[in-house]
Amino acid sequence: MITGSEALWRALVAEGVDTVFGYPGGQIMPVYDSLCDFGDRIRHILVRHEQGAIHAAQGYARVKGTPGVVIVTSGPGATNVITGVADAMTDSTPVVVITGQVATAALGTDAFQEADVIGLTAPISKWNWQIRSADEVAWAVARAFYIAGTGRPGPVVLDFTRDAQVGMTDFHFEPCRFIRSYIPEPTPSELSIKQAVALLDAAERPLVVFGQGITLSHAEDRLRAFLEKGDIPAGSTLLGLSALPSDFPLYQGMIGMHGNVAPNVKTGECDVLVAIGMRFDDRVTGTVSTYARQAKVIHIDIDKSEIGKIIPVEVGIRGDAGKVLAILTERMQARKHPEWVAGFAACRAVEEEKVIGPEIRPGSGLLRMGEVVDGVSRVTEGKAVIVTDVGQNQMMAARYSRFAAGRSFLSSGGLGTMGFGLPAAIGAKIAAPARPVCLFVGDGGIQMTLQEFGTILQEQVGVKIVLLNNNWLGNVRQWQELFYGQRYSQTRMLNPDYSLIAAAYGIRYRAVERREDLAEALQELFSDDRPALLDVHVLENGNVMPMVPPGRGIDEILLSENQWYRPQ
Amino acid sequence: MMEEKEYTVTIYTENQIGLLSQITNAFTRHSLSIWSLSAGATSLEGVHNITIVTRGPEKKVKETVQQIEKRVDVIKVFFYTADKIVYRELALYKVATDGLLECGDLEALLSRFNAKIVEMNKTFTVIQKTGHTDETALLHDALKPYKVLQFVRSGRISVSKAMQEPVFKFLRKREQEQKQINNQ
Repeated sequence: MITGSEALWRALVAEGVDTVFGYPGGQIMPVYDSLCDFGDRIRHILVRHEQGAIHAAQGYARVKGTPGVVIVTSGPGATNVITGVADAMTDSTPVVVITGQVATAALGTDAFQEADVIGLTAPISKWNWQIRSADEVAWAVARAFYIAGTGRPGPVVLDFTRDAQVGMTDFHFEPCRFIRSYIPEPTPSELSIKQAVALLDAAERPLVVFGQGITLSHAEDRLRAFLEKGDIPAGSTLLGLSALPSDFPLYQGMIGMHGNVAPNVKTGECDVLVAIGMRFDDRVTGTVSTYARQAKVIHIDIDKSEIGKIIPVEVGIRGDAGKVLAILTERMQARKHPEWVAGFAACRAVEEEKVIGPEIRPGSGLLRMGEVVDGVSRVTEGKAVIVTDVGQNQMMAARYSRFAAGRSFLSSGGLGTMGFGLPAAIGAKIAAPARPVCLFVGDGGIQMTLQEFGTILQEQVGVKIVLLNNNWLGNVRQWQELFYGQRYSQTRMLNPDYSLIAAAYGIRYRAVERREDLAEALQELFSDDRPALLDVHVLENGNVMPMVPPGRGIDEILLSENQWYRPQ
Repeated sequence: MMEEKEYTVTIYTENQIGLLSQITNAFTRHSLSIWSLSAGATSLEGVHNITIVTRGPEKKVKETVQQIEKRVDVIKVFFYTADKIVYRELALYKVATDGLLECGDLEALLSRFNAKIVEMNKTFTVIQKTGHTDETALLHDALKPYKVLQFVRSGRISVSKAMQEPVFKFLRKREQEQKQINNQ
């Protein structure tokens, strides 16, 4: 017989877990006590705030492709992870969160550090379960990993009561492989495949828009084969970035509000739009009623509730992206669309001249965010894992990073959680110690989870932090400039001296203000694998362009504050 | 505005704590009101049935249904317009007995509404009627002059007009799939 706490660790080991992110507290102490006996099998990363634990686990999961594990105490420990649980739900990230809970007899009595974790997390988790007896531990852990990692991944919360932690059980672990009420991967219907093939074979101006579903399904190669055979240009959502290498000839860049001109404009011109593993977020569609209204839409998604949710579809294919793409590639005719594909280059040229060039090769004036991101891609040759926070830093990182391999871009997409970046980068580096991990973060976001510098210090996590410092909450400032009559309400920020903060945590610090120092500073930044902070003082009132203003169609694009895109 | 209709949503779930609140949350999130709700065990061991009546545009109801079906412990969800199901509600009316006796032909009233007396004493009488919402409301109107002390209605229960509960077929299929997985 072993305790429920030991059963938890044994079950985690059985699930292949070797790293967890957590923070101890009163109602999880038996679990932490038992951890002492698992030091040879489990690396526990002690964070500085529970929100840091879950974002780190998210970063870890997204680089590694297996669930990240979080262990926190009851009450405030549990409520502190809630933002991350919601973020993981929106962005389909597999995480298993274990929260301590008061003894079953004390449940519902407002006991010290009691919170209704099951009630709080039900709407924002894929599944949750309160473990009330040690006998349930192995079953609950197996089920949690199965649910978190299969189908459309997501967060699972196990609320571990104190008596279950200290109770005794005969441990027997069996992985979960079936739940009758849960169908993680629907089989695509033959009819939908046939209809899709017919549409693809007849298409003259096909366009693919793909999302994170490609990465989650490990379908990067299958997507490439599909695009090549059909000669189909493709645009990526924010979370789809890096699933195609940036230099793949049919790759047209990012779609959406701050996406590239070509795929956004062509969304309004294509005759068949194939959406794969994406969910038509409003930041992708702009005004829904005019989005791709001329096109026949094929939507492939593993989550059938996404099909038809936002955009009416001609054909909905329920299934795993990789498997569906393999079938379609096999059955469809090889095609060539030279004129259609060439049309993208014309849009790209306009964007290059009006937006990209001035952003990454401004020549004079203050440093711009885009040229910093471009410089990082240059130094790392597109091989780094790029992590972003939320805001202008995120959009600039997304727009100007180049990727040589998949699973190289991590960002809080759906929820847009400021403070996500720093802990997520820590988790990413722990998941992929051999790869450079570069965080782009603003001076707003870095201060939301700045305490995780402590985690970097203690674990010596070699994260490269590029602080795009403009002394503003830049994204909100941009909206205030463009849509709120330049009334800058609460967006000006007085910054601390980051050199002192970095020094306090033993993190190497360097500031860059002049263009001529940038390349060398970036060289130095990536010259080793030690934690480092590069504080880049960028143009204060820089805006992210192009931009589809809110309430506009996705092909109504501002190239600058006062210039609309016009077809050439 | 899309046309709003009344829908009966039939939800089959595993017997698990907390599921009902997840289900009602899905309605709240899509700003759909729950007009009636009933829950209970089915003839299948461990399978529960929750029946909810709501009103809204079809697209919104469908989205809500899909979100509910996505919950791991929800087995299957169906939604119907009234013409696709046979359904009833139970209504109980507590009426002052002296008032009721003044009505003259109580028997004719009860038989006209297909209602019956389930309890009668000197002070009050309890009348029971099953039927659709509008029918139970009509009896309420008819009884009003005789002093209705209390009027309660149950949630709707319904059966589909298909030959078999569709969830049976689904669960049989899942049993076979489980066997296949176990044999792998």
